[in-house]
Amino acid sequence: MGSRPVATVGALAVACLVLGGCVSAKHAAGAGDPQRNADAKHATLTISTNAISGGKNAQEADWITKELIPAFEKAEKAKGRNVTVNYQANGIDDAKYGEKLELSLKAGGGPDLFVVGGDSIATYAAAGYIAPLDKVVGGEANSWTGWKQVDAAVKKNVSMNGRYYAVPNGVDGRVLYYNKKLFVKAGLPADWQPTSWADILAAGRKLATLSGVTPIQINAGTPMAEATTMQGFLPLLAGAGAEIYDAKAKKYQGDTKAVRDVLSFYRTLYRGAKLGDPRLQQDPNGRDESFTEFSQGKLGIIGESDYLWRSVVCPTKSVCNATAMPDRNSTVGYAMIPAERPGSGVGGQDFVSMSGGGGFTINPHTKYPQQAWDLLTFMRSATQIKAQLGSTVQITANKQVNDEILARDPALKFIADKVIPITRFRPSEEHYTSVGALIEEATGQVVAGKPVDEVAKAYQQGVVKLVGADHVSSN
Amino acid sequence: MLFVAPALALIAAFLVFPALWTLYLGVLKYDLAGSNAAAPQFVGLGNYRDALTDPRFANSLLLTVAFVGLSAVLGQNVLGFLLAAVLRDAASWVRGVVNAVVLLAWILPGTVVVFLWQALLDRGGGTLNALLGTPGAAWTLDHPLATIVAFNIWRGTAFSMLLYSAALGAVPRSQLETARTYGAGPLRTLRDVVLPHIRGHVLTNTLLITLWTFNDFAPYMLTGGGPDHRSETLPVYVYRTSIEGGALGYGSAISLIMLIVNLAIALFYLRLLRRRSA
Repeated sequence: MGSRPVATVGALAVACLVLGGCVSAKHAAGAGDPQRNADAKHATLTISTNAISGGKNAQEADWITKELIPAFEKAEKAKGRNVTVNYQANGIDDAKYGEKLELSLKAGGGPDLFVVGGDSIATYAAAGYIAPLDKVVGGEANSWTGWKQVDAAVKKNVSMNGRYYAVPNGVDGRVLYYNKKLFVKAGLPADWQPTSWADILAAGRKLATLSGVTPIQINAGTPMAEATTMQGFLPLLAGAGAEIYDAKAKKYQGDTKAVRDVLSFYRTLYRGAKLGDPRLQQDPNGRDESFTEFSQGKLGIIGESDYLWRSVVCPTKSVCNATAMPDRNSTVGYAMIPAERPGSGVGGQDFVSMSGGGGFTINPHTKYPQQAWDLLTFMRSATQIKAQLGSTVQITANKQVNDEILARDPALKFIADKVIPITRFRPSEEHYTSVGALIEEATGQVVAGKPVDEVAKAYQQGVVKLVGADHVSSN
Repeated sequence: MLFVAPALALIAAFLVFPALWTLYLGVLKYDLAGSNAAAPQFVGLGNYRDALTDPRFANSLLLTVAFVGLSAVLGQNVLGFLLAAVLRDAASWVRGVVNAVVLLAWILPGTVVVFLWQALLDRGGGTLNALLGTPGAAWTLDHPLATIVAFNIWRGTAFSMLLYSAALGAVPRSQLETARTYGAGPLRTLRDVVLPHIRGHVLTNTLLITLWTFNDFAPYMLTGGGPDHRSETLPVYVYRTSIEGGALGYGSAISLIMLIVNLAIALFYLRLLRRRSA
């Protein structure tokens, strides 16, 4: 008797092995009828983002709970529909939030509406966590009038194989921020625009003469996670003339000259010339610490997205908390990221950038696809986009809104006008996230002192194991 | 047989089934996202081969052995015994105070304790740096293994202390007196009088704290496994590969290896215990 349950479970497990895919059965169903429950008397929807009132991205959380939800519920009522919207607030590391979201989606649950980054679309779609919007809600996803206000590149960032997977929120760009006061003190121009990596290092060497100042912060290592790839490695790689994934040849960069150039730059920065602080790259809170140092005038140059300008060092204490800089507009300068040498960037460019950004998407397993689509289009109307921003400025996915608000902020205008036109997006390929993890590991090893050739070789092996030798270029 | 059936059913549901499920996941290429999340591929022993040839796994195993050896087998054991021995003859209020303080470290939730330790070790405004006059010393970055060893000794000594207090109570005072009368020093007394009485307790205690420490996840909250994998014990390695890295199948394979190591440790101690009673 005692051994029977064991035997039953054992037999089940064996059956799984033979039949294959006991773990995958749940997702096989995919999206159902887009019109299901469209006439339900009462519907409940859940939105989740990584924002929380009084903490991380407080502005966004307040907008959702205080403006969006009441306004939407009212509008639905006017249409004779009863919809309740719940908000799941979070205030954690972006990487941890992603893991949490993936785990809940994997378990067949998850919120009805959530944000998916452009770089995650391929991997989420392959897992069945998201589906093309026209499949989830029907043809109206393609005929939505709001698409007219969206820039082509931004549309592409939320699409795959010509189908929309999300409605975009906006777009960001990467630049080099620098502290003008420190620059003047070190004998550098307050109006600075480097044209090569050597220029960045030269400025760093001058800043190194100031005491108590870390000259340069270019993110590296695993604790910074995606901030390492987006703010550090990928812009540098673009400057060395390569994109991480060649969509035409279907090949990732392996142990190539461009990759070695980037790793060598890191080595010079952190080991050779000692212009960066390796500790910041190893500390689990290193990125926040780098923000604190920059806001206190202890860091000369930092590569970051417009997020730093908007949400970290903004003059408003209630938005930027401890890292707010009342004198931001006069102290913080911004410059385009130069290619390794003039003209050596991707597409022969002199300057480069990387852009991210994603959009809200609808869980294919939602009970109320039509109500969810209503909410999605409602929240991406010009009125709600402006409500979301409040007094802050951001490059949104709506051209009309951008025309109105960007004039209020010269730095955002600079990024919209100068950086976005030359920027690159991360590949929409399902292995990108794992390749990104290998990149983080490789940069971390270089900062820790391992020789570039050795690290590049190990990185190449990792990528080959992931995608197969046919999909990796090396030279 | 009928009477043990409910117990066996529970064991089957909560121990045997998860173990078999782990075994099953371990032979799949099964990821948190991507196409292998929707349709896992059967890879046989591939995950195990990968683990056994991965230098990160070897590094992790070595670190775990060092972590368990230094913090549990040596640290908690010896410190717990010393506290118990010293407190045995101490005034009752001293015993009460020390007991309360040591127990507090043990009963507080892990997250709270880790938060306190972060405040203690912080390189900017940490208490330890203020006390030692070493501003800017990055303890968790420069000495990650030592940090988690010290942390685990501090956190877990209470259990050993309690167990040894009880065990020492079983050593007859008359024998201690006799030893003293014949001029035996403290080491001699310990070896010939005390240890024979408490050998079973030592083994049981060591078995328990070894298993707990082997599977302890708290180091992750303190150092995140870093820098550069220098405090990445096996539980942390499993978490980082399966959740952070999304390789659920690979993580399951490592979990199963951990399960086997746990069984081996348990069998080893149980055998020692049995030899004693035979």
